[in-house]
Order: sequence, then structure tokens, then C-alpha cells
Amino acid sequence: MRRPINSRTAAVRVGLYAIALLFVIVFVSPFVFMVMASFKPNQQIFGDLGSFRAFLPVGAVSLQNYRDVIATSGIGSYALNSAFITVSTVGAGLFVNSLAAFALARLEWRGKGLVLGLIVIMLIIPLEAIAVPMMLLVASLPTLGFDGGLTIQWSWLDTRLVQIVPFVANAFSIFFFYQAFNDIPRDFDEAAYVDGATPYQVFRHVIVPLSGTTFATVAIIQGLAAWNQYLWPVIVVPSAEARPLMVGLQQFFRFQTEWGEVMAYATLATLPVFLAFVFFQRWFVQSVMGSGVKG
Amino acid sequence: MTPRWARKGRLAFLFGTPAMLGLITFLVIPFAMAIALTLTNQKLLSPQHVQAVGLANYERLLGLKVMRQDGIASSDGHVTFPRIRDVTRSSPTLRPYRPLGAMTWESTRFVLLARDPVFMRSLLNTALFAVMVVPLQCGLALGLALLVNAGLCGQRAFRTIYFSPVVMSMVVVAVIWAFLFNRDLGLVNQALGWLSGGQGTRIDWLGNPATAMPAIVIMSAWQGAGLQMLIFLAGLQAIPTELYDAARIDGATPLQRFVHVTLPGLSNTIAFVVVITTIAAFGLFTQVDVMTQGGPANATSTVMFYAIERGVRDQDIAYGSTVTVVYFVLIATLAILQQRFFARRAGAR
Repeated sequence: MRRPINSRTAAVRVGLYAIALLFVIVFVSPFVFMVMASFKPNQQIFGDLGSFRAFLPVGAVSLQNYRDVIATSGIGSYALNSAFITVSTVGAGLFVNSLAAFALARLEWRGKGLVLGLIVIMLIIPLEAIAVPMMLLVASLPTLGFDGGLTIQWSWLDTRLVQIVPFVANAFSIFFFYQAFNDIPRDFDEAAYVDGATPYQVFRHVIVPLSGTTFATVAIIQGLAAWNQYLWPVIVVPSAEARPLMVGLQQFFRFQTEWGEVMAYATLATLPVFLAFVFFQRWFVQSVMGSGVKG
Repeated sequence: MTPRWARKGRLAFLFGTPAMLGLITFLVIPFAMAIALTLTNQKLLSPQHVQAVGLANYERLLGLKVMRQDGIASSDGHVTFPRIRDVTRSSPTLRPYRPLGAMTWESTRFVLLARDPVFMRSLLNTALFAVMVVPLQCGLALGLALLVNAGLCGQRAFRTIYFSPVVMSMVVVAVIWAFLFNRDLGLVNQALGWLSGGQGTRIDWLGNPATAMPAIVIMSAWQGAGLQMLIFLAGLQAIPTELYDAARIDGATPLQRFVHVTLPGLSNTIAFVVVITTIAAFGLFTQVDVMTQGGPANATSTVMFYAIERGVRDQDIAYGSTVTVVYFVLIATLAILQQRFFARRAGAR
């Protein structure tokens, strides 16, 4: 009686592994194709497509596509723009949103419940719903420049600023911090206050050190959104100077027939995210599982 | 006990101000502007004065009419109808309308007319996309979550790999898949060729109006399913193992355990996942903008794509805002309806 059941469960397990591996192929092969094609000349990419050679580094493999794409596509300056936008958004966002969440979770003041309710309502308004009127708004905001003297320009269009400032304050980040801060026992604050700490010191030396994972999670969510953002720069950054990486890729893809170069661009644009994902994989997964259950 | 320090509202105000200022400027004000602008004829750059136009933008966007035509029967029994364009042109009320579809019933024809047929087409495309992608993506995600949760060796590696497309840029994913969907050389057609043993015709996935949207559906589900998989995994892990043990002792088969333990235990998670996937589906933009630009023949134009085309590329801010307000009302209504549906089902059980 025992043996048939065991051999059946063994067969089921083999089947499960087969399905799991099949899905590994389904999810990984497009990226393998991208990376392999990026090292091959155009002719060979076409030739290899009919066989498994498309997924192997065979034939005339070289870095030529990378040299060409770096020389001609402007990817260098676009990557700098994206890096600057991502780092600024995350840096300012972590500070501003955690501080606001601290005021909501740890300080007592009138109107707190109302503000918290408003933030929850703001969670449901997607960027898509407000992007068009926001374009009109940022087209009439002032920027200070320096051109021999102080200059004021009345438009944020075509700047890096317009890709940073609107995304610093983030309702989701505030709410995420708020939930995490609420879980920290209040005894810690009280002990610090008894020792004469100010609220900012409590924030800086009690709450922040206890919330490393939360900060990492919020940094990943906001950073990924900033690096991959597409809709907003398509609307407000028409020219090349402040163009981010992903809009650059779309432009390059539309006006290029060199598949190898497009794949080299796509590989370079993915590399930073891929490295971050490999190293901080745990926090990426946590960011979704944590936010999904609570939110 | 909160110390006196912490009770000071002024300090809380100081801490909260940068964030609140940002949210008000870049969320609350644009949202209010969106609604206000739809009642005007605002352009981005225009010498004209901005005027209040009432609900004209909504009429232009949503205007629908059904026209009834009586056929003229010729002597051989053949029924002919007057040309739609001739009829609409000669009537002052029908003049701004364009035909959207027609249905003939005996000697009467009913013609559906729309003020903005491209928007109606985009709305239909978006709904079609959602109807296809939500079950596919959520089903795939649930399947993957069950697979990862089945206790295989290396399940964390599987989880990481299935999730990996989610963190990649949609632009990168769309560029890769544009190659995969290529008619003559794409790997999708190659794979189909192998599976069918060289039978069947090659599909021009993105060039054919009938297959362009399904192609985008497949790619989107592939890219996004890992996200919902993780949410399902969190839900699965929250189901107490005692329930499974009890079911096993009672002699329940794996299928019965799935239907009577897993699904009820996941009901809240399923509701949440379906709602967020539907909302995301209605925002479809990037895939279309990179791969098809709304074509062929408007077959992949979506509500968001149309809003950007009118509002940004034509700089008709008022009309583009009208599209986005309609979009917001749509997703808010859908989210509420779905929540109610799932809440009622949970109550019925």
C-alpha cells in the first residue's frame, strides 16, 4: 500500500520540477537573448534566430555594439540624468517622507487623524489621472539659473528638476513609514525624552536606527520607479538635454535598425537594476510582500 | 505618556510641511486642476483667451447617438440604405458625429454614431486588454505562487527568477518582445513552429489588428505576474497549516484541499490582487507607446495613450484632461464594484 503512493508522489515532484524549470526558461530566455544579441553583429543575430544559437555566445562575439552605442546614442548623458534623478528622488524622499511619518506616528497634535485620512485617499490617485494638468502646472513654475547673473526662467519643462521634485513627497512612502514606526514600542521614545532628548533627536537616534529595513524598502520602491519612469518624462521632457535613459531607449529603438546596438543599449540600461536586484534581492521581495499584505 | 515636547503641534507641522507641500502641489492641485480644466478650452500655448465651455469637452468625448435608417427596397428585393456620411452631413445635429458600427435588421438599419470614434475605440481596446490580461496574469501568478510554495528544493531561487521581470523597465521589456514578436524571425513564431511541427502560418503579431493587442497582453502578463505571485505567496503563508493537516486527516484530496482550504484562505488576497491588476491594466501606456504607437489602425490605442496624444502631443490640455478624468472615474468605479463583488461573495460563504 505504501509503495504506490510514494512512487506517485515522486512522480508528482518530478513533474513539479519540470514545470518550475519550464517557467525558468520562459522568464529568463528573453533576457539571455537580449544579452547575447548585444554582442553579435546584425547579420548574425538574424542567422542565429532559428536555433538555440540565439541564446549562446557563439560566432563573431565582440564589444563593437557597445562601442557604437556609447559613441552615437547619447546613452552616457541619459544615464547620468537618470542616475542623478534617481539618487536625488530617493535621498530627498527618504528624509521628507520619514520625517512626516514620524510626526504622524509619534507626535500628538490636533488634526492628525484628518491628515492621515487624506494621505490614504491620496494613495488611490495614480499619476496617469493627473499627468496632463500637471504638465500645465510645471510649465509655469520658476527655475533659478545662473547666466552671468541670476536668471529666472518660468518653466520647468525640459529640466531634471521636473523629474525629481514632484516625486519626492510620496503618499505611499509616508504610509509605509507610518505603519513601520507605529510598530516600534513607545518605551524607547519615552526613555530618550526622560534623558532630555528633543523630538528630532528621538527621530534621528531612536527611530531611524531601528528602521533600517523600512528605509531600504522605501528606497527600493521609489528608486526603481524613478529609474524606470517613462510616462512623465515623455510628457515634460521633449528635448535631449534632460532626457532620461528609458526615453532615450525608446527613441533609439524607433529610429534604429541595428538590432545589436538596440540590445546593447537595453542591456546597459538594465545592468544597474539587475546588479541592485542581485545584491538586495531580499529587500526587493520584502518590499512587495510587506506592502501587499498591509496595503 | 507623551511628554509635553511631543504634544506641540507646531513641531509636527514643521516636520510634516515639506511632504505635505509636495503632495498638495503635485497631487491635490493637479487633481483639482484636472476637473476644472475639463470645463475650459485650455491649450498649452495659445494666443486665444481661455474660456469656460461648460460640458462641451465631455459631449465631444462621450457623445453617442443611435440613428435609425429605413431601407429602400428595389424591385428585385434588394434593400439599400442611404450613405451614412450623406445623412450626417445634411443634419445640423448629426454633423459632428462619425459612424462607429451598424446593425441591419430586416429592412431597418441601426447605426451607432460617436462624436469621437477614436476615443470609443481606445476605451473598447482598454477594456478588452483588461478582460484578457487580468485573468491571465492573476491566474499565472497564483499558479507560480502555488508552485513556489510546494516545498521544492531551491524554491527561493525560483521565486527570485519569476519575480525578476517585474523590476526591469517596461521599455526594455517592450523592446525585447518587439523582436520576439517579429513575423519572420521572432522567437515566438519559431517556438510555435516547433510546437506545431512546422505547420501553420507565421503570425505578424504586432502588424495585424487582430493579434496586436493579444501580443501586448501576453507580454504584460509575463512582465507583471511575478508581482502578484509574491502577494499570493504572502497570502498563502498566512493560511494556518493546521487547516491543511485537518483536511488531510479527513482524507481530502489535493484538489479538495485547494478548493476548500487554499481558495477561501486567499479570498482577501485574490480581491486585492484583482483590483490592483485591473487598475494597472486600465493605465496601459508604455507598451503601446514603445511597440505599436496605437496602431495598426488604432487597434492598440488605449485611454491613456489617447490622453497623451490629445493632451500632450496636440497640446490640447483641456481635452486631454477630460480623458484622464473619465479614466479616473472609470477605475474608481471599477475598484468599488469589484470590492463589493468580492465582499458579497465572502459574505455568502
